[in-house]
Amino acid sequence: MEQLVQKPLVAQSSNLKEPSPRASRRENHGLRDFHWRQRFREGAIHVFLAVNGYLAIVLIGLIFLFLFKEGFHALQTIKPMQWIGNKTLDFDGREVFSFVWQPLSNTPKYSLLPLLSGSFLVALPATFFSTLIGIGCGVYLAELASQRTREILKPIVELLAGIPTVVIGFLALSVLATLVQNFFHTHFRLNAFVGALGVSLVIIPVIASMTEDALRAVPNELREASYGLGATRWETLSKVILPAGVSGISASILLGMGRALGETMIVLMATGNAALFTGNIFSSVRTMTATIASELGSSAQGSEIYYALFFVGSVLFTITFFINLISEVVVERMRRRLRL
Amino acid sequence: MKRGRAIVGFFFEGLCRGCALLVCGLVVVILGFIFSKGAKTISWEFLSTAPSQGMTHGGIFPAIFGTLAITLLMIVMALPLGVAAAVYLNEYANRGRAARVIRAAINNLAGVPSIVFGLFGVGFFILFVGRNLDKVLHTGLLFGQPALLWASATLAILVLPVIIVSTEEALKAVPLSHREAAYGLGATRWQMIRRVVLPQSLPGILTGAILSISRGAGETAPILFTGAAYFLPRLPVTKIFGMIPMINPFDQFMELAYHIFIMATQSTNPELTRPLQYGTAMVLLSITFGLNLSAILLRIRFRRRLRRA
Repeated sequence: MEQLVQKPLVAQSSNLKEPSPRASRRENHGLRDFHWRQRFREGAIHVFLAVNGYLAIVLIGLIFLFLFKEGFHALQTIKPMQWIGNKTLDFDGREVFSFVWQPLSNTPKYSLLPLLSGSFLVALPATFFSTLIGIGCGVYLAELASQRTREILKPIVELLAGIPTVVIGFLALSVLATLVQNFFHTHFRLNAFVGALGVSLVIIPVIASMTEDALRAVPNELREASYGLGATRWETLSKVILPAGVSGISASILLGMGRALGETMIVLMATGNAALFTGNIFSSVRTMTATIASELGSSAQGSEIYYALFFVGSVLFTITFFINLISEVVVERMRRRLRL
Repeated sequence: MKRGRAIVGFFFEGLCRGCALLVCGLVVVILGFIFSKGAKTISWEFLSTAPSQGMTHGGIFPAIFGTLAITLLMIVMALPLGVAAAVYLNEYANRGRAARVIRAAINNLAGVPSIVFGLFGVGFFILFVGRNLDKVLHTGLLFGQPALLWASATLAILVLPVIIVSTEEALKAVPLSHREAAYGLGATRWQMIRRVVLPQSLPGILTGAILSISRGAGETAPILFTGAAYFLPRLPVTKIFGMIPMINPFDQFMELAYHIFIMATQSTNPELTRPLQYGTAMVLLSITFGLNLSAILLRIRFRRRLRRA
């Protein structure tokens, strides 16, 4: 503690230069006055906590390693071209190039295109729906609702996030699918659209709460300046606050999309699980996640399908990893701009 | 002109309010629907007996037991790790480059799809750790197969970011002046953390723990291949020294979320067993709903107390 007293002296002698934060921290919390046993204990605890702190990095590394290690085996037996499509015979006996995921047929086919199209056919509409509703909800919570209303509404939105995905999948499968079929008269009862509606229930809370956070981080001066210039509440909101919070909001949309791509149980239960390469939203599809979930259980460890599924997992992990990374960079930029 | 602006504002603000109301309406409808349908099946017998007659009758007791066992093991593994990591981040590393990298890793961990955790559980825990343990200890095939232990370890990694983030938030809420007071009295950093920071942030840490239990209880994808069983005639229980009953971490287990999934999609007659599915969904939803609600209430009280302090 004596360093505290000495500080002005130090500052004087070094031309008012601030000591580096690291050095000052070490001085202020220095352990020189303590018994060596206590110093040892402090050091040991520091190391122990640091190990736990670095655990997250280790875990991400392990996930990366074990996913790609197994996925890499698949690359050795399955040629790059086979991930895109295969030459198959059509019904007239002509040779055509087709995009099929059929790992269990006599000549296994591992085209990733139906799985990718399936994943995006669910994730993009889901992100679209939940962006509309989530941002509206977030704006209301952050800017329009009174303190009391917010204290009631916010927990309800959090409760939506707390509903297990398997329950939402179950509802989508048993109730929502019938409603959608009756309304749109679709050919398949379980299709990408039903899955997208189910998945959007999961991402709405993500987008809503992140939008709310982004808008509340906008400094009050901006609001006051805008009101001072005679703008109405909506004009302030749409021309000042939303543009200021736009990076936070876009980060929330990206994060929501990452979630939608990674969502498993809802799409497994509600999209029909037919690996069709299609752009039709009312067609049955199968996502990457659902493929892994439905086929890993029945594939022997070390078989080609097993490795192929890990490869699918690696692709999925890479896509979501980059989406999360971009969203994080965007948030970081917003923080710096608003100087938080 | 002025009136036009007001109308536009009124319209869009109404739209936002509509979105918020829609979300709340959805929550109420989902909960109301499951509870009204499920309440018809719920009985003491349903809660306390095992499935019978090819899973078309009987109750869900083993699934409830399995859910409790797996979340218990999960939180025992995840809570100490998560709290220690958060303490390190907030009290030791705070704003350095290490902390930035760790935070990025945590955010990415939170964004990893749950099925990827399942793959990781199989590839790392069962095949790498488990099989190698068997080889070293000559235990045959004890560790290297799907088991309660591996499933809960997988879930523990999944909920780790939840615990870390909420614990850190709780630690941040402790005023700087309290820390300085402790230092001023001659406390070391760890003494300060243990006597001042941790006790004050306990409610916040508890909130995170409850939220993560609820999250773990609701997850299905990570346990698909790491230990959940379609049907088990026995509970995953063993007796140490032949007398004290204990959860057997090397057994497989039934689980509520997984039970809903297989009953709704894989069973022989999903339409016939709909009432059972609604009943199971209601039990699972009451567990997660109850946990979430208590976490929210706890947090509101915690925040009020801090504001007063």
